[in-house]
Amino acid sequence: MWRRVVAVRDLMFTNKWLLLRRASQITIPVLFLLGPWYGIWFVKGNLASSLILDTVPLTDPFIVLQSLASGHIPETTALVGVAIVILFYVFVGGRVYCSWLCPINLVTDAAEWLRRRMNISTQWHFLKRSIRWWILVTVIVMSAITGTIVWEFVNPITMLNRGLLYGMGVTWILILAIFLFDLFIARRGWCGYLCPVGVFYGFLGRVSIVRVRAKKRHLCDDCGDCFVTCPEPHVITPALDRAEHGVGPVILSGDCTNCGRCIDVCHADVFAVSSRFHNALPQITQESAQQVADIHAGSENTIT
Amino acid sequence: MKSTKDKSDGYLKCSFTSSRRDFLTGTARAACGMSLLGLGLGLYSEVGKTHPANTLRPPGARADEEEFLGRCVRCGLCVRACPYDCLRLAEFGEPTATGTPYFIAEEFPCYMCPDIPCVKACPTGALDPKLTDIKDARMGVARVVGTDRCLNYWFNHRCLACTTICPVRGKAITLEKEIWVKSDGTKQLRFIPTVNDEHCTGCGMCEKNCPMARYGGGAAIKVLPLSIVKREDQRYHRRFTPEEQKAIETKAKAKTL
Ligand code: SF4
Ligand code: SF4
Ligand code: SF4
Repeated sequence: MWRRVVAVRDLMFTNKWLLLRRASQITIPVLFLLGPWYGIWFVKGNLASSLILDTVPLTDPFIVLQSLASGHIPETTALVGVAIVILFYVFVGGRVYCSWLCPINLVTDAAEWLRRRMNISTQWHFLKRSIRWWILVTVIVMSAITGTIVWEFVNPITMLNRGLLYGMGVTWILILAIFLFDLFIARRGWCGYLCPVGVFYGFLGRVSIVRVRAKKRHLCDDCGDCFVTCPEPHVITPALDRAEHGVGPVILSGDCTNCGRCIDVCHADVFAVSSRFHNALPQITQESAQQVADIHAGSENTIT
Repeated sequence: MKSTKDKSDGYLKCSFTSSRRDFLTGTARAACGMSLLGLGLGLYSEVGKTHPANTLRPPGARADEEEFLGRCVRCGLCVRACPYDCLRLAEFGEPTATGTPYFIAEEFPCYMCPDIPCVKACPTGALDPKLTDIKDARMGVARVVGTDRCLNYWFNHRCLACTTICPVRGKAITLEKEIWVKSDGTKQLRFIPTVNDEHCTGCGMCEKNCPMARYGGGAAIKVLPLSIVKREDQRYHRRFTPEEQKAIETKAKAKTL
C-alpha cells in the first residue's frame, strides 16, 4: 500500500511522523535510564510520577483520579504534577500519551505491522469500542470500593515502563498476551477496545488545541490508505468525508491519538498538523475545483 | 459519492442496535462483563494487600496497607532517592503488590538517614511527610525469632552484634541479665537481647548484622511488619507526638464508653 505515497515522496519524508514518534518513544525511557546508568539525573521516577531536574513534578492524572476515588488526597507535589500534565495534554492532544509516550504502543504497532504482513484478518464483532468506557468506569468504582489504586495492579503500561527502569519480573507474559491479542483476535484490540488509560486521555483530547486537519480533503481520491493505517479509523470519517454535510476538516474526536501516520501515508498530502480553531469550511476556488477534477479523472487510470 | 465502507476493509462497520431487545441484551452483557472484571480486580487487589513478612515498607509508609496502596502511585522516586540503594519496587509476579517499594532487611537494611530523603521524594504522601525525625519511624519491629541459634541464648556467649549496631543504641535493643533455670535444676546466667518496641524503628540493622545471618542459617533477630506483631489499633507508621498520643487515647476511651 505504500506504493502510492512512495511514488510522490522520498522515503525519509514518507515516514517523518513515524520516525519522530519512534524517537520520542525511545528517548523517554533512555532519559529515565541516564540516571541509574550514567548518573545524569535529568529525570527521576517513571511514567506514573516523575521529577524533572529535581524541580518540576509530573504525575499521571488517571492514577491520581483513582487515588482520589479510593478516598485519599495526595500531597501538593502530586497535585501540581497532575496540573502540569493535564495542561500539557490539553495543548498537544490527549492521546499523544498513547502514541508518543506509551511503551505498549511499540508492542501493539509491532503486532499490527505483523498482522498486516501476514494478512491475518481479525474481525471480532463481539468487541465494541464502548467496552473501554465501561472498563474505565469499573476501574474507578473498584478503586472506591477497595480503597486502592486498582488499575495499577494490572496496568501493562506502567508495568512495562517500570520493568525497563526498575526490573521486569514476569511482565513479559502480559506484554506477550497483548501482542497475541492484537495479532490474532482484534485489530489494534488492546488500545482500541480495552485500555481505559487511552479513554481517559481521550477526554483531554476532546478539548485539546493541536489536532490533525484534513486540510486538502478535496484532493482525496478515496485510496483508503489513511483508514488502513489509522489506529482509530472512525475518527477520520467526519473530517475527510462529510464536507457535503457541512462538517469542518479538523479531526475533533478525542480518540485521535495525534500520531500523524495519516499525514505520512497520504500521497495527496491531504492531512496536516493544525489546531482545533482551523475548522472553518474552506472556500472552493476555481483553481481547487479544477484540481479536484484532475485528480478524479486521473485516479481512474493510475491508481488501482 | 464517497463511501466509507469501501475504504475500511470491513472493520468500520457500525453496529446499530436495531431493536430494544438487542439493546437490553447488549447492556446486560456489558454489565455482566464489567462485574466480572470488577470482581477480578477487586480480588486481585485484596490479595495484594498482604505482603511477605520479610518485605518491609520504607520509613513513613502508612501502616494501614490499604491506605498505602490508595496513595502510592508506584513511581519509584523513593527508590531513586535512597542513597544506600536499599529500596526496590516489587516486580510483576512477586508476592508484594506490583510496583510498590520495599526493602528486605537481611539484605539491605534501612540506614536511617537523618534527612529521610525517601519521604521527601514521595510526591503523594504514601510516605507520610509528617515523619521528620527518622527515630520516629516504625517500619516494623525487631524480634528475636531464632532462639535456637542466638548466641546469647544457647552458647553462653556474650554477643553484642545487634545491641552495638543499633542506630537507636541503648534504647531500642538492650541486653538484659537473666538467670535461666533449666528443667534439671541447673542454673545459668545469660544475657538476652531485648527489644523495646517504643524505640525500635524497624530499620533492620540488627538483622543484617546478626552473625547467624551468615553462619547460622538465618539471622536470629528479625524485623517483622507491624501487621504481624501488633494488634490492628496499635499499628502506627510513626511514633506520635505526646499530643497526638493523648488525642488517640481520648478517642479510644470515648469509643469504649
Ligand atoms: S531512611 Fe535512608 S536508608 Fe532508609 S530507606 Fe530512606 S533513604 Fe533509604
Ligand atoms: S515515592 Fe511514594 S508514591 Fe512513589 S513509589 Fe515511593 S512510596 Fe510510592
Ligand atoms: S530494627 Fe534492630 S537495629 Fe533497627 S532500631 Fe530496631 S533494634 Fe535497633
